[in-house]
Amino acid sequence: MATQQSRSAARMMMAPAVILLLAWMLVPLIMTVWFSFRKYLPLRGGDLGFVGFENYSRFISSSSFWPSVQTTLIIVGGVLLITIVFGVILALLLDQPMWGQGVVRILVIAPFFVMPTVSALVWKNMFMDPVNGIFAHLWKFFGAEPVQWLSQESLPSIVMIVSWQWLPFATLILLTAVQSLDSEQLEAAEMDGAPYLKRFWFIVLPHLSRAITIVLLIQTIFLLSIFAEIFVTTGGAFGTKTLTYLIFQRVLESQNVGLGSAGGVYAIILANIIAIFLMRIVGKNLDT
Amino acid sequence: MGRITLKKVQKSFGSTEVIPPLDLEINDGEFVVFVGPSGCGKSTLLRLIAGLEDTSGGTIEIDGVDATGLPPAKRSLAMVFQSYALYPHMSVRKNIAFPMKMAGLPKAEQEKRISQAAAALNLTDYLDRRPGQLSGGQRQRVAIGRAIVREPSAFLFDEPLSNLDAALRVGMRLEISELHKRLDTTMVYVTHDQVEAMTMADKIVVLQAGVIEQVGSPLDLYHTPRNKFVAGFIGSPRMNLIEGAEAAKHNVTTIGIRPEHIAVSGESGDWKGVVGVSEHLGSDTFFHVKIDGFAEPITVRAGGNVDLHYGDTIYLTPQADLIHKFDGGGLRV
Ligand SMILES: Nc1ncnc2c1ncn2[C@@H]1O[C@H](COP(=O)(O)OP(=O)(O)O)[C@@H](O)[C@H]1O
Ligand SMILES: [Mg+2]
Repeated sequence: MATQQSRSAARMMMAPAVILLLAWMLVPLIMTVWFSFRKYLPLRGGDLGFVGFENYSRFISSSSFWPSVQTTLIIVGGVLLITIVFGVILALLLDQPMWGQGVVRILVIAPFFVMPTVSALVWKNMFMDPVNGIFAHLWKFFGAEPVQWLSQESLPSIVMIVSWQWLPFATLILLTAVQSLDSEQLEAAEMDGAPYLKRFWFIVLPHLSRAITIVLLIQTIFLLSIFAEIFVTTGGAFGTKTLTYLIFQRVLESQNVGLGSAGGVYAIILANIIAIFLMRIVGKNLDT
Repeated sequence: MGRITLKKVQKSFGSTEVIPPLDLEINDGEFVVFVGPSGCGKSTLLRLIAGLEDTSGGTIEIDGVDATGLPPAKRSLAMVFQSYALYPHMSVRKNIAFPMKMAGLPKAEQEKRISQAAAALNLTDYLDRRPGQLSGGQRQRVAIGRAIVREPSAFLFDEPLSNLDAALRVGMRLEISELHKRLDTTMVYVTHDQVEAMTMADKIVVLQAGVIEQVGSPLDLYHTPRNKFVAGFIGSPRMNLIEGAEAAKHNVTTIGIRPEHIAVSGESGDWKGVVGVSEHLGSDTFFHVKIDGFAEPITVRAGGNVDLHYGDTIYLTPQADLIHKFDGGGLRV
């Protein structure tokens, strides 16, 4: 790309891809914004024209709005916390030389390949079922009353299911980071008199900070939009209605496209607030 | 204090024995250099002393106390690694402070030692930089600074200069030697470079395949190498080793003569040869001379202004009293 000419040629050749990508993103976004200003009830009269900001005010004043934002944040925060803490521990364990390392690593990664719907169904029916689930049997074995996981402990249950799905991702990224740590640094710290926990705190954890940042950012993007896990387990009941789920209900259950679109715009705003927030706290790790 | 005694120390990785049982005495305040070709077990031996590897047999005593089972931190040794092993996310100040922080030294004492070390190592202006913002030589000095603030009973260096360019290496060599004179602390230094060994050591330990070939002062090794390996390894350029008829005249299998112990002449001498490649260093000239009946060319040192060129006839005369003789097993006769 040295000369002016080759640069403009490059631009022209990149143009189709850039335009396609822009259209891909912009068309749905513009349609969402468009519908959010219209009263659009597909089964009750269709498109009934502009209503200004009515959809926005109705969506935000609904009694389900703030609880759904709160639920979203709890799930995202809980899953992030669990996957990063256990991801670091697992990565450190998997880095140890052991028998059958290859197989163990594949097993650890496996949950990531299970589709969300399937894994949620497996958890719901095989683990958390209050009568036949493994947990119920376990509780009974110790003489305890089985927990009604998805109705009494609905939010922790969903956090658990989603964490199980995302733990492999976190572990994998953190494992590559652990492996890239220069062993001489750890040996130097050992000679400097740092016992294991201090080596972890002063050497390993700072080394992992960049990988943790990446896990945090990528997972947040995906976790804000989890849906299948809630749909097949509680169906949004028992306080597990996230913002995504609320929008789904508005559009499909209440057949109100305009209201749902307004919710979609709120979701975009929420995602951006969280993104800015995250970038502020952790983004500086990516610069160094 | 810093006396290290190795008794029958042995190390195997799995079934391969890297270091057969070995005895060695390192006295307090001594500068000891382990030298040998790559892969001969120098680093392994140093790591055994440091406690970073477990011995497979034998005992290591530090200051008369059995330290074989002690963890590295309890041996009061400091190590400077080949890669420097600085902590990249900490400033130079924090790197140097780390061992003192781990030892729980008071803040004021830490500050005092940091500024002393920084002044001694020319690091005062760089204390707030990260290691990534320093040059190779400065990183090296930070690693040394981190070692000296601990005031250990001995320093261990593993090829500390091998990542530096030639000019810096000479400078750092002097600095480390000066540091040793000033601190008067035991230093154990690993290198594959015999020049470093010769210039820095009080005592050189020549290793080959985990076996100690000879221990002695640099000049001991130079004048009376115990065997062919040491003779060829110590000294630059290498000693000429000659076998066959010429050696038979002395009733031995191999004779050795250093390039600087051969007189060069254009007219007459013991050996007549033809000049091959010549290396002009200004102060000296090294001629590679092809001689009939010798398997390999002979290297000789001549003055800087000897007027001999490629293809010229040259006469060489070895100084008879400086010929080294070796028997069939390679041992000095
Ligand atoms: N952790 C290890 N596992 C197996 N073999 C090793 C290990 N460390 C070193 N070795 C072997 O021990 C020998 C000596 O290695 P080293 O002490 O590093 O040599 P040097 O430092 O003299 O170049 C080499 O042949 C090397 O392959
Ligand atoms: Mg080595």
